[in-house]
Amino acid sequence: MTNTTLQRPLNNTHPTTNQIRLRRFSWRQTAFVSARYLAILLVVILLIFPFVWMLLSSFKNQIDITTSDNLLSFTPTLRNYQNVFEQHNYLQYLLNSFIVAAVSTQLSLILGLPAAYGIARFRFGWLGIVLLTARIIPGITFLIPWYIVFGKIGLLGTYWALILSHMLVGLPFIVWIMIPFFESLPRELEEAALIDGSSVFKAFFHIALPLSVPGMIASGIISFIFSWNNFMFSLVLAGDDTRTLPIAIFNFISYSSVDWGGLMAAAVVITVPVLIITLFVQRYIVDGLTAGATKG
Amino acid sequence: MLRLGQRSLQTRNRFSIGLLFTLPSIVFVLLMIVYPIFYTFTLSFHEWSGSARRDPEYVGTSNYDTLLNNDPRFEDAVMRTFEFTFKAVAIELILGLAIALLINGEFLGRGLVRVLILLPMVATPVAISMAWLLMFEPTVGLFNEVLTSIGFAPRLWLGSQDEALGSLILVDIWQWTPMMVLLLLTGLTTLPEEPFEAARVDGANAGQRFFYLTLPLLFPTMVTAVLLRTIDALKTFDTIYTMTRGGPGYATETINIYGYVQSFEYFSLGKASSLLVIFFAIVLGISLVFTQIRKQWGIPYND
Repeated sequence: MTNTTLQRPLNNTHPTTNQIRLRRFSWRQTAFVSARYLAILLVVILLIFPFVWMLLSSFKNQIDITTSDNLLSFTPTLRNYQNVFEQHNYLQYLLNSFIVAAVSTQLSLILGLPAAYGIARFRFGWLGIVLLTARIIPGITFLIPWYIVFGKIGLLGTYWALILSHMLVGLPFIVWIMIPFFESLPRELEEAALIDGSSVFKAFFHIALPLSVPGMIASGIISFIFSWNNFMFSLVLAGDDTRTLPIAIFNFISYSSVDWGGLMAAAVVITVPVLIITLFVQRYIVDGLTAGATKG
Repeated sequence: MLRLGQRSLQTRNRFSIGLLFTLPSIVFVLLMIVYPIFYTFTLSFHEWSGSARRDPEYVGTSNYDTLLNNDPRFEDAVMRTFEFTFKAVAIELILGLAIALLINGEFLGRGLVRVLILLPMVATPVAISMAWLLMFEPTVGLFNEVLTSIGFAPRLWLGSQDEALGSLILVDIWQWTPMMVLLLLTGLTTLPEEPFEAARVDGANAGQRFFYLTLPLLFPTMVTAVLLRTIDALKTFDTIYTMTRGGPGYATETINIYGYVQSFEYFSLGKASSLLVIFFAIVLGISLVFTQIRKQWGIPYND
């Protein structure tokens, strides 16, 4: 009794109607909140179960995968990962993927940053539009001429064919993310630098670029991931030595009986770097992915 | 006079300085985008197998004639592409809206959910296709295990002509609903608060607030999101090609897959080129329709 009076400083001995209503309301609130959390939990499970399944299967041997009784109880093995790297030369493919993604992103930044600045400051809007069409046009439209021309000049199957083709995805993205960044910088800063006697290029390198680092990181990461994930261009343009991971994985299933464990191990190997990048720089990725959209 | 002269000098200067910044990209665009587009367009009026020994043979519009009037496989691919795109994007929009509303605002673990929601769309498509391939597998896959254990009949999934396209739509929904969520969340956070406060004061319930405020205010964002998803869904390649290669039979052959097959399996480069021109016209047409819709009805609240 003393407890209840302590909890009710308004010294009411009986709960008022208002308080009853409040209590009933909060009970409904609790039900609503738990329903919401259940729904969120369901969404999370749906989001991650293919990854979980991929990971689990990569630790199973073929018998555990093909026998139905033990979906979850099995003795984990690292054999699949061993096979993937020892028998299938995946280290080379991993390296290829990394080289192509890193170089194409770097070149896209080197070309894209000044281009975006030019578009934002010197009315080169048409260039932005042309770059945007690269996003709308089906990729095979480019692949046919590239295949023929690269073949003629001996680039087919080299890193350069892959790098140049992946830039087609990276460059427009970088430009379109960076244009609003440069536009949002106060012109006065750069104009002050110009009056100071420093050149337009100094203004670009010493003022515009340092102020746009978040945009550069966002667009660079997205460009890297897109190149890392690219399948169609690499499928046509890669050679035996320059094959990237997605193509290597795809070739895995061309055999009649699929080594599921090995396939899942290979899939994990290619997915993990992307997931790690995403976990660390999540905010930039959201910025990058939604940047093109808000422009409309 | 002097001022005018100065100004034109300034604009000329502006142009040449701008050109210095953009020149490397312009060269890239000309060589890697503009030239290939013209090449493909020209090739669409020729017949060629890509052989170095035989030049492309000019055939007029006969490639277009064949595709449009005399190629049931192309016709089917077009209809299939529309079916795939329409079903996938429609479901993604509804699910995306529901999930965006669900995770908008504060809750425990919000940060974690917002990271996890990115994973399906950043993960390598080929890798996740392989995971789905294993789950769809009729004899050892997870889905049939679950179905049979709760008393349902197992399905063939990707192995059946009737179920394959639906199965691929399922994968697309899993992979791209997060994109919808992301775009709609951005839209939701920029919604003005005043109309909602006013509605609450006037005693509007949650349903009324949703249908009379949230939906109309979110409409421009929804149109943009649907446009982006539609363009990408029309062009879906990685998941379809790695999981079914357009099969069984031609049951999952979309325009893009058919274009790839014509180009790099049959090497009918002329026919493939005209197919790609038609495909581009379709994508462009749909994009323009959406842009019009946005212009017509999608006036943002604060404009």
